[in-house]
Amino acid sequence: MNKAKKSPKASEWQGIWVVLEHAKGKVSSVSWEILGKARELGDKYDTKVSAILLGVNLDDMAREAIHRGADDVYVVEHEALMHYSWEAYTKVVTDLVEKHRPNILLLAATHNGRDLAGRLAIRLNTGLTADVVELDIEPERALLVGSVPGFGGSILAVIKCEHSRPQMATVRPGVLIAKEPDPSRTGKIHKIAPDIPPDLITTQVLQEIPVETVDISKAKRIVAAGRGIGTNLELVEELAELLDASIGVTRPLADIGLKSRDHQIGSTGVTVRPKLAIIIGVSGAAHFVSGIQDAETIISINIDEEALIFDHSDYCVVADLNEVVPELIEALKARLYSTAK
Amino acid sequence: MDKGLHIVVCVKIVPKPEDVKLKEDNTLDRANAESVINPPDKNAVETAVSLKERYGGKVTAISMGPPFFDDFMRLIMAMGVDDAVLLSDRAFAGADTYPTTLTLAAGIKKLGDVDLVICGEESSDGGTGNVPPGIAEWLGWTQATYCHEIDYDEIQSRFVVKRSVSTGYEVISIPKPAVISVELGINSPRFPNFYLKQEYDQNYKVTIWDAKALNLDPEKVGLKGSHTTVDSLKSSKGRERRKQFIEGSPKEIAEKLATIILENM
Repeated sequence: MNKAKKSPKASEWQGIWVVLEHAKGKVSSVSWEILGKARELGDKYDTKVSAILLGVNLDDMAREAIHRGADDVYVVEHEALMHYSWEAYTKVVTDLVEKHRPNILLLAATHNGRDLAGRLAIRLNTGLTADVVELDIEPERALLVGSVPGFGGSILAVIKCEHSRPQMATVRPGVLIAKEPDPSRTGKIHKIAPDIPPDLITTQVLQEIPVETVDISKAKRIVAAGRGIGTNLELVEELAELLDASIGVTRPLADIGLKSRDHQIGSTGVTVRPKLAIIIGVSGAAHFVSGIQDAETIISINIDEEALIFDHSDYCVVADLNEVVPELIEALKARLYSTAK
Repeated sequence: MDKGLHIVVCVKIVPKPEDVKLKEDNTLDRANAESVINPPDKNAVETAVSLKERYGGKVTAISMGPPFFDDFMRLIMAMGVDDAVLLSDRAFAGADTYPTTLTLAAGIKKLGDVDLVICGEESSDGGTGNVPPGIAEWLGWTQATYCHEIDYDEIQSRFVVKRSVSTGYEVISIPKPAVISVELGINSPRFPNFYLKQEYDQNYKVTIWDAKALNLDPEKVGLKGSHTTVDSLKSSKGRERRKQFIEGSPKEIAEKLATIILENM
């Protein structure tokens, strides 16, 4: 094991820190989820929780961070932080970590979160547990215990970082529960002036191409489609609309562009936990199942009776979806229409 | 530059995820697992080779793993890669991201004169996505992860890349040398040329570098150089399911399903 050159005394490194991601003046839901869990662990093990916000115009978000569980918020405002760059973000977070020595440093397992975390872990000479889906603390040594899916999500590895600090982890969106804001919570906002040399950033942002994104991670109902539907989403869309459900797809359908990535369920996509999931034409590969296995009720329709998805389903239908789904839509219409009257 | 770009493509040979099982004692059973090239790494190879075709230069593939992975390296060469290096040493085994990126960076440094390193976004076995930024940090180079399109601006000597972020895409320009990761499925990797593969099998010897060749302290690589440890493994089962099959004509099934759906909304 790596006896880091700092050989940190665990006692010198205190608290749980969360780097908050935000866009258009709002902190992303995954960051609130991580902060909610940090608060829960902080209460359980009597540890302070701090949040880091980088960017411009951060006051409202800083207050909300306190309402959602932070004891301290480190607010770093600077023009150079307005847009994410690995150069400035790595520098600023490194400076904060070296000064305040958090025991645990959590980031979102988003593209930019991983971009930053991978860089930070090397610079800070510490361990990084990536893409955590379960999170706890072993109290005796204040060790972070993170469970990480491997091999397509069917196997979880429980990972620890015993000798280096901070113990870093990135957390997958949708696996933790955010804390509702409590306006009566109090905390301290620390405004930090960053040290960003003018020639630090060599990345030039030429263009931003916003894509309307949907967040299906909180959907109550989901209709999910796989390769079995071919390239025609019409039936799936009609069923989803009827049930006021969100649409999810497997990776192959996202790959061919049938739906955007934010509809992709699974280990490289979104983790969902709906009350009801109707899964149509999906074979049930582990990397898909890992993203939907927390659904309360799962109904699967597949023409192949051997399909793996049936092992993960409450109700299984072996049938041609083109025969059953139109009938199902009619049956639902009839009932929903009669109850509406 | 007349010489074009020297591009290094990082590849990982992984067990097929669905072939890996958890044994009763919660250890991994990969005995029956077929080894494959990590899927996004094929997109990285395709990106590297097509950049070479556009701007000239050469592509070197690099991987870390046991010596018998050399056959995969020749397979990758048959996709249009010019040279292959395998970083192989018993001391490299059991590495987490920290020593892995240290080792790969040492290999890239030893190659010298590299303009661009291209990796797949993440590996299908461990899947951290942290290797590309880690390599970049060890080398002190810039980075761009989750890229879809890569162009080279020969006048400015900069790469212009389109990367995917939570809010959509951004197009950024970065100086060289740089480390880039590409998303799975951004292109259609060409098939290896079978005749070229045969040719390489007979006449090409993959370069193998060990810790000594890379001037790396055996204490700082592999399991010994890792900060994290796998404490245990468990299966990710989710909740128990009923697995109740609904049968009948499409109409009968539809009626039963409608009832179940309305009860569980």
